Amino acid sequence: MQNRTGTSLTLNFRLLLCIPIMALTGCSGMQSALNPAGAQAGRISGLWWLFFFVLTSVYVLVLIFTIAVFFRRHRSSLPLAPELPHPPRERRAQTIVGSAVGVTVIILFVFLFAEFATGHSLQEQPEPGALQIKVTGRQWWWEVQYQDPTPSRMVTTANEIHVPVGRSVQFQLQSPDVIHSFWAPNFHGKKDLIPGHPTTLTFKATTPGTFRGQCAEYCGFQHAHMRFVIVAESTNDFQTWLEQQRQPGREPGDETEKKGKEVFMSASCVMCHTIQGTPARATVGPDLTHLGSRPFLGAGTIPNNLGHLGGWVLDPQSIKPGVHMPQNNLSPGDLRALIAYLESLK
Amino acid sequence: MKHAVLILASVLLVSCKREERGFRVSPPSANEAMQGLRISTLIPGPHGTNDPSKGNALELTGDRGTNQPVHNDYEENAYAMSEGSRLFENFNCVGCHSHGGGGMGPPLMDDKWIYGSNPEQIFATIEQGRPNGMPSFRGRIPDAQVWQLAAYVRSMSGLASKSAAPGREDHLSGKKPESSTKTQSPKDSATPKPR
Repeated sequence: MQNRTGTSLTLNFRLLLCIPIMALTGCSGMQSALNPAGAQAGRISGLWWLFFFVLTSVYVLVLIFTIAVFFRRHRSSLPLAPELPHPPRERRAQTIVGSAVGVTVIILFVFLFAEFATGHSLQEQPEPGALQIKVTGRQWWWEVQYQDPTPSRMVTTANEIHVPVGRSVQFQLQSPDVIHSFWAPNFHGKKDLIPGHPTTLTFKATTPGTFRGQCAEYCGFQHAHMRFVIVAESTNDFQTWLEQQRQPGREPGDETEKKGKEVFMSASCVMCHTIQGTPARATVGPDLTHLGSRPFLGAGTIPNNLGHLGGWVLDPQSIKPGVHMPQNNLSPGDLRALIAYLESLK
Repeated sequence: MKHAVLILASVLLVSCKREERGFRVSPPSANEAMQGLRISTLIPGPHGTNDPSKGNALELTGDRGTNQPVHNDYEENAYAMSEGSRLFENFNCVGCHSHGGGGMGPPLMDDKWIYGSNPEQIFATIEQGRPNGMPSFRGRIPDAQVWQLAAYVRSMSGLASKSAAPGREDHLSGKKPESSTKTQSPKDSATPKPR
C-alpha cells in the first residue's frame, strides 16, 4: 500500500517538474526576455535568474521540510502523547526559527540591492552619436522614423525596426491617440507611450538576429495585433538597408504595375498612405514606399505575400476587425494590378 | 408591469444599437441616396424647394419621388460617429470647416445649410463636391465612411441622436461636445447668387 502511494507521488512530482520546463521552452526565442540580445536585456535577465534560483531553492527547501514533517508524523502510529514542556527542544526551535527569519531578511536585502543596481544601470544616458529613432504608436501599428539632420534623408517605415549591432540606439516614443507601451523583450523592458508626453528608451544590441516586439499596454480592439519586428544587424548591413529605404518608391516596371499605380492614386488608398516620389503623401496610415520589403502586413498580423495582400486590401475588417483601414470594392483586374504594384515596391 | 417590461426592453434595445460596432455592415444604400439628385446643375439646391421659379431648384421626380430623407443608421451609433469624427480630421475637413465653426468653408454647427441638411444631401455634397472649394471625394472615400462622416456632420448641429453623439473631443475643444450641442433646426437658407 505504502509502496503504491510512493509511486504515485513520484509520478506527480515528475508531472509537476514537467510544467515549468514546458513553460520555459515557450520562453526561448525571438520574443523573450530570457534570450537577451542587448546589454540592457542582459542585466534584466541576470536579475531574473537571480530571483529564479534563490526563490526556487527556498521553495524546494520549504517543501522538503514540510514533506519530512508529514512523514515523521505518520511513522509514529502511537496515540499522541500529551505535550509536556521540553526546554532543550524549545530552545532548538527558537534557534531554527530565528535563523530562518534572519536568512529571509538577508535574502530580501540582497534582492533589494540587486534590483536597485539593475535599475540604476538601465538609467544610463545614450552614448554620443547614438542612433535616433522616433517611434509613434498608433491604433494599431507603429510608425518608425529614422532621424537625420537633413530632413530629406529621414526614413519613415512601419512595424519594422533595423538597428546596428554595437551602437547605442535612442528611441523617442510618442503617441497621438491612446497610451501604448513599447516592448522589445530581447533588448529592454517596457516603456509607455503617453499622448502629449514624449518618453525615451535607450538600448544597445549585442547579438544579430530577428526579434519581435509587442504593444504591452491595452490600447483598444486590436491591441494583440500591434506587433513589430526588430532586426539587429552589422553596421554595413544596416547602412545598406537605410540607404535603400531612403530611395523613393520604385517606378512601375510593366503595364500591370503602371495600372496598379493608377488604381492606387485614384482609389481610397491615396487618402491615407504615402509612397515617396509620388503625389500620395497622406500620413493617416503606414508609409508604403517599401512595402514589398516588409515581412508582415497589418502590424505582424499576416505574412506579406501576394495572396495575403489581396485579401488585406479587399477586406481588412475580416482579418483584423476594427482596424482603421476600410473595406475596398475593387474589380478583380484593378486589385490584381494594385497588389502587383504594391509588392513591386521593394 | 407589462408596460415596464416593454419600456425596459426598448431602452435596452436602443442601447444595443448605440454600442454596436459594425465593422463589416453595409451602409445605407448610396444608390438610393443619389436618386433624385440632379448632378448636372452647377448649384444644387436643398430638398423640398421644387419650385421652378427659384431657378436652380432640385428635381425630385426620380424613382424615390418623395422628399423623405434617407435614414442613416449611423446617427444612432456611437462607434460610427466617433469614426466620423476621426475621419473628419484625417481627411482634413478641419482644414476648411474647422471643428464645425467654419473658416474657408462654411460653418457646420449652425442652422444654415446651403446644400441641404438631410443625410443623403450631405452624402451627395461630400461625393460630388460643391462650387467655391469643396472637392469631390467620389471613389476616394468608401461609402461606409462617407455615411459615418455625414452622421458626424449632422451631430455637429445637434441633428443626430444626442445619446450616441461624441461626448468628448479628441482635440483642444473650443465648444461643447456634440452630445451637448443644442439642436439647430435647419432653416432654408438663401441659395447663393452667382457672382
